Amino acid sequence: MPKLIKNGQLIDDDARILVLDETQAPEELTLADGPVFVPFAVWQAHKGQLSGRAGLGVWLDSHEEVEDLAPDLDSIGAIALNFPKFTDGRAYSAAALLRTRLGYKGEIRAIGEVLRDQFFFMQRCGFDAIQPKAGKYSDAQLEEALASLKDFSTPYQAAVDQPEPLFRRATRSA
Amino acid sequence: MYRYDPYDQKIVDERVAQFRDQTRRYLAGELTDDEFRPLRLQNGLYIQRHAPMLRVAVPYGLLSSRQVRKLAHIARTYDKDYAHVTTRQNFQFNWPALEVVPEILAELATVEMHAIQTSGACIRNITSDPFAGVAGDEYIDPRPWCEVLRQWSTFHPEFAFLPRKFKIAVNGAAEDRAVIQCHDIGLELKRDAAGEIGFRVLVGGGMGRTPIIGEEIADFVPWQHIITYCEAILRVYNRYGRRDNLYKARIKILVKSLGVAEFKRQVEEEWAFGKNGPSTLTEAEVARVAGHFTTPAYETLTGDDAGYAAQRAANPAFAAWARRNVLAHKVPGYAVVVLSLKNPARAPGDISAEQLELVADLADAFSFGEIRATHEQNLVLADVKQSELFAVWEKARASSLATPTFGLLTDLICCPGGDFCALANAKSIPIANAIQARFDDLDYLYEIGDIELNISGCMNSCGHHHVGHIGILGVDKNGEEWYQVSLGGSQGNQTSIGKVIGRSFAAAEMPDVISKIVDVYLAQRLAGERFIETVRRLGLDPFKLGVYGEAAVKERKQNA
Repeated sequence: MPKLIKNGQLIDDDARILVLDETQAPEELTLADGPVFVPFAVWQAHKGQLSGRAGLGVWLDSHEEVEDLAPDLDSIGAIALNFPKFTDGRAYSAAALLRTRLGYKGEIRAIGEVLRDQFFFMQRCGFDAIQPKAGKYSDAQLEEALASLKDFSTPYQAAVDQPEPLFRRATRSA
Repeated sequence: MYRYDPYDQKIVDERVAQFRDQTRRYLAGELTDDEFRPLRLQNGLYIQRHAPMLRVAVPYGLLSSRQVRKLAHIARTYDKDYAHVTTRQNFQFNWPALEVVPEILAELATVEMHAIQTSGACIRNITSDPFAGVAGDEYIDPRPWCEVLRQWSTFHPEFAFLPRKFKIAVNGAAEDRAVIQCHDIGLELKRDAAGEIGFRVLVGGGMGRTPIIGEEIADFVPWQHIITYCEAILRVYNRYGRRDNLYKARIKILVKSLGVAEFKRQVEEEWAFGKNGPSTLTEAEVARVAGHFTTPAYETLTGDDAGYAAQRAANPAFAAWARRNVLAHKVPGYAVVVLSLKNPARAPGDISAEQLELVADLADAFSFGEIRATHEQNLVLADVKQSELFAVWEKARASSLATPTFGLLTDLICCPGGDFCALANAKSIPIANAIQARFDDLDYLYEIGDIELNISGCMNSCGHHHVGHIGILGVDKNGEEWYQVSLGGSQGNQTSIGKVIGRSFAAAEMPDVISKIVDVYLAQRLAGERFIETVRRLGLDPFKLGVYGEAAVKERKQNA
């Protein structure tokens, strides 16, 4: 079963990420059973029906705005933010906004081109679930990669995981 | 200067461990080239023509003698006995082997140094006035603010993968010596009517392919809010800066496309959420950091030193150096010394391990153990007693660090260019050296006076050619190296972007071209008029005429 890093632990996870191909219109979709993340367009089209469905999440691509999910956050159990390339850093802001501005308490999952050297930054910005692509890392590598969550023990600046900057958290020697 | 506490040290030590592991995984084939690239770049490591190049951060250009000795040691142990001062006040090593870079970083960490965010699409080393704390025209010392911003920007989790690199500069004096108008964010320290410290904020300036002068988006941001304000700018940029085209990804393009008013509106809207939040600066934190930048233990001296005047009168070579490379200091009896790295025998900005050691010794003996690097690629001893200038000069001269040309034509800015840099379209160092060879007569250089000549080997503009009074840009034409010349650029308070004078030139033509430009200036200048002032008064036409000749200019006009 595919692996997921959830709150710093490696767990099994079988949620699918539904990706529409060009021939599929979001309006005409029937969803198979089981946990799934649907694209924002599908959520928009089937909100009434999908709302509150067990195991349902919504995923946003990096150009999509988290603000557009704001009215629906109470009925979405998990949100995945896609990294189409690992150098596309928009999802860091998106996650931080979801947690701080929009007060989202559900799972925020990093999907797409997710590499271990980003884990630390992701965690700081409010991702509590991190899912490298299937096959990217072996289970042993993933186990080892958990260390990257702890690359830096005491960061300077405030972020989602440490809402206060170091100068408020600690008394620093002059 | 700022000294690390255990928190700072731990972050840098953890970075060494992190990069050691990243390098190990890369060499073991666990990281692809594409995956490793941003990681190594955020650690200042480029893969260049001959070898990797490692760029070491020198926050706002400030160095201790101990750090400079370490740089010398690294140059000797891991490189070819020299280092290079960059146009962003950093140091570069041109020849380290990839495998030993973690070792170099570990060595740097022992002297509170690192290579964090010296490249890559992140917030880069923050630059500032090399004369901070000693210039007579300073309102507010920029160094503590640079340090506060350095800490905020170091490994900022939200801004590690921006659309493109992001450069911040801070200035706190009447004269801008940090090129703040050509930065992604330019900060000018100022006081409001009540005497409170704050920042005028410019945004969207930059050189590169599309040179743009930054525009003001805030007249006065009180100091408490500078982090949250910058964070708002960065967040808007991170979300909406273009990522589809590398050449249009800098914040300047976003600001231009939205218009500064709309960009400002978006920033203010974002800022409303962060303002007064936990990142609001406290007096205690600013005082803690500012406590590291205290006034050195100056002696109380009365006015100018008589011996210094006598030494100048007795020794013309010393007088020439003093006239150009010694600058006024705000404390009576002290002076600021520019140690020139523009000896024509070397590449501009290069310094040998031996010279680095001498600089460290000079700093310890004569300048409270501190050294500054300038974006014009020289080094500065900021606190030398006038009575000791002669001793400094003798030692610097013996080590070829006393070229008496500060601010003159041959004190040029020059990127490493095609000799080293994989991005370059053309070589720049040989052009610099050829111009230095042409203008080797000191009396003639003094006659020409203040003039800034900047050379970049490609559009990325590391050599700041856009803001050179004379700018030279290396271009590629059908696989050959050519050089485009612009005039009228300027840094400082009257920042302007130079204009190209016409068709480009072959390398061999360049000394003649510069001679012709200088001849036009000397023939047409008014009494006391500096080169840039003549260019501003006359425009480009007389210079085009001087360079291309009447026939060529006429033909060009007809074809236009």
